[in-house]
Amino acid sequence: MNVERASRSTRLVYDEDERLLDKEAGAFLSEHAGPAELRRLRDTHDPDGFSRALWRQMVALGWAGLLVDEQYGGLGFTYAGAGILSEHCGRTLAASPLFATAIVAATLIGRLASAQQRQQLLPALAAGERLCALAIDERARHDPSAIELSATADGSGFRLDGAKCFVVDAHVADLLLVVARSAGETAGLDVFAVPRQSPGLRVERTLLLDSRNAANLHFDDVRVGADAMLGEPGQAWPALEHTLDVARVCVAAELLGIAGEAFARTVEYLKQRRQFGRPIGEFQALQHRAARLFCEIELARSAVLRALRAVDAADLRLAALASVAKVKAGDAASLAVNEAVQMHGGIGMTDAIDIGLFMKRAASLRQLFGDSYYHTDRYATLAGY
Amino acid sequence: MVISLGFPGRLTGERSDVNDPDPFRSEVRAWLELNCPSSMRGTAHQRHSPEDTVCWGGRRWVFASDDQRIWLERMAERGWTAPEWPREFGGGGLDHAQAKVLREELACIHARPPLASFGISMLGPALLRFGSEEQKKRFLPPIVRGEIRWCQGYSEPGAGSDLASLQTRAEGRDDHYLVNGQKVWTSYADQADWIFCLVRTDPRAAKHEGISFLLFDMESGGVSTRPITLISGSSPFCETFFDDVRVPKDQLVGEVNKGWNIAKYLLTHEREMISGLFGVGGAAQATVAAIACERIGLSHGRLADPGLRHDIARLAIDTEAFAFTLERVLDEAKAGFGSGAASSLLKYQGTELNQQRHELLMAVGGAEALGWEGKHFGEGALARGWLRSRGNSIEGGTSEIQLNIIAKRILGLPG
Repeated sequence: MNVERASRSTRLVYDEDERLLDKEAGAFLSEHAGPAELRRLRDTHDPDGFSRALWRQMVALGWAGLLVDEQYGGLGFTYAGAGILSEHCGRTLAASPLFATAIVAATLIGRLASAQQRQQLLPALAAGERLCALAIDERARHDPSAIELSATADGSGFRLDGAKCFVVDAHVADLLLVVARSAGETAGLDVFAVPRQSPGLRVERTLLLDSRNAANLHFDDVRVGADAMLGEPGQAWPALEHTLDVARVCVAAELLGIAGEAFARTVEYLKQRRQFGRPIGEFQALQHRAARLFCEIELARSAVLRALRAVDAADLRLAALASVAKVKAGDAASLAVNEAVQMHGGIGMTDAIDIGLFMKRAASLRQLFGDSYYHTDRYATLAGY
Repeated sequence: MVISLGFPGRLTGERSDVNDPDPFRSEVRAWLELNCPSSMRGTAHQRHSPEDTVCWGGRRWVFASDDQRIWLERMAERGWTAPEWPREFGGGGLDHAQAKVLREELACIHARPPLASFGISMLGPALLRFGSEEQKKRFLPPIVRGEIRWCQGYSEPGAGSDLASLQTRAEGRDDHYLVNGQKVWTSYADQADWIFCLVRTDPRAAKHEGISFLLFDMESGGVSTRPITLISGSSPFCETFFDDVRVPKDQLVGEVNKGWNIAKYLLTHEREMISGLFGVGGAAQATVAAIACERIGLSHGRLADPGLRHDIARLAIDTEAFAFTLERVLDEAKAGFGSGAASSLLKYQGTELNQQRHELLMAVGGAEALGWEGKHFGEGALARGWLRSRGNSIEGGTSEIQLNIIAKRILGLPG
């Protein structure tokens, strides 16, 4: 993207700005978000699925415009910064539009939209006033090559027909970014900016195990103008793939946060819980399980940071590195939550403690934009075998 | 116990900053271009060449070629066989960042390491920290120049994972110690010139508190060695026997009975060295994948065996994450918030990954990988390499010992 961003550090440690953001995000989210807040949203059946008051505070910190260029009212921060916020959202299970709007939509619009469209869309996004959602998946398992939702030229605009699933934040979004296949073209994908209230569009909120926002969309003869198409006809794929990779890396960062928090809570429990007259953390069977998990989380941390740096440095290996990060963080988080439940014993199976919440969120994020099977396959394909 | 490959440092084959205007990088590049003989620049494939291409140096070393000798001499002249050691002891005097540049530029031209040396990877760091000025001046420069080859006298028949229970005794006499006992798993003891050796100087003290750190010549009277044949057929290790060996007292490093601290410090470097051996990034996996493509073939652009394809890709992913972790540990150390316990993580992960790599190479090779002798089977390189790799998670502290260290020192678990 811009020159300044591309010239930032490639070192696998945070620079000073990033350390400040890390500290700020950790302090803010653990005070204002946290598992108790997620329980409140879940148990009150909150219609929005997130706290608008919390979002306003996040906006005040500049997070809605973290990745948006300064000319549109954003901070123009590094993607490493987006990773830092994502990791803390994982640690605290914070529910907010940050991912769908400030990371995914900001990236896609910044990459794909015309100058005029950016001017039109980004300032309100950066101000936290316009919530967005990327509608891409159509099948239970992520597969961006299998998009069938059709865009048919119709007069001066287009007609959209088809369905989407697993669309994060769709039921609260003002604007949906809908990936469609232009009729008659096999390779050509387009992205349309479609208001949620459009006639013919039905948004069906789905309740998932993680108590977070997702929805299915049904498009039945939805009409949009020609100016709803972001960028040039049939040219969306490179920007879309880049956006998906950014999204994958940030999901990986959130998974890393989940893994780290579940692990920290488990190690603490190993030191507190006594059986046979001593802390269970004295038993080598548990020590070695904990030590192995520690190693997996550290490897995942390196993979995530390396991939974030690849985004900021416009590294040509971003696609492979994003897949590495998604696999390592997904598997580390999965191991972390499974081990957390096992090492907590019976109490780990109850809703009374928070470990289960981390387990459920990890399950959801592992699927989002491709699980480890998808990304291992993709890695091999990118490497030419 | 030490690994028997000779590739210190990380070889990614990639430059991190291609357009870096850094004058030091330009200087290094130009110097290497001029001074690294072309036969000392292997391809990615040749980097996993057999041990006989490695240069160990030492009094009895016979160079495999003139180029091997010239390459060592030129690198030693600049102190770049030990890039970060002080210039006054023959080192390169480079800082972390410059050393990284040098590693990257060496990797970029696939340069063979000029010298494999336990003196550089293990003894040197311990001497720099614990040795007297006289000892540093005496022992470090010949290490840099590859003139003295060292071996490590640590393990004993009754002291493996429980190293501190070692029994080899050194009794103080007037101006010398009298050493008696036996070491085992001494890497290349039969070819080494000198040994750094853990000995018990106070048999009545608690086991960690009566140990000292001695240096002595393997040609001293009373030293004998016997090679151990491994399941791979090679004999990189020896049993080493000491029968009334006289060691001058000025060859004791640090304080008497305080050798365990030096031993532990050196073990950290041994772990780092071992993990560095396996920290080969993209190149190594490209080899597994490339061999698999060649032997098994592609079907519709994919490796024809889907199960192997998945496992090869999975190992490549894990190995990339490991390489990034090595890089992160270096960057963290440079930024001043490193943790010394990282070496256990790296040793554990690096060796496990190398073993998985050998398992996959065996699977890819199928029946051909079972060959043991003869040109057709490359003298059994695949099978022997696989068998040898099983020792990786034992030597230099078993995987279980590394997990103990992580659990106690990093996680703070009790007991």
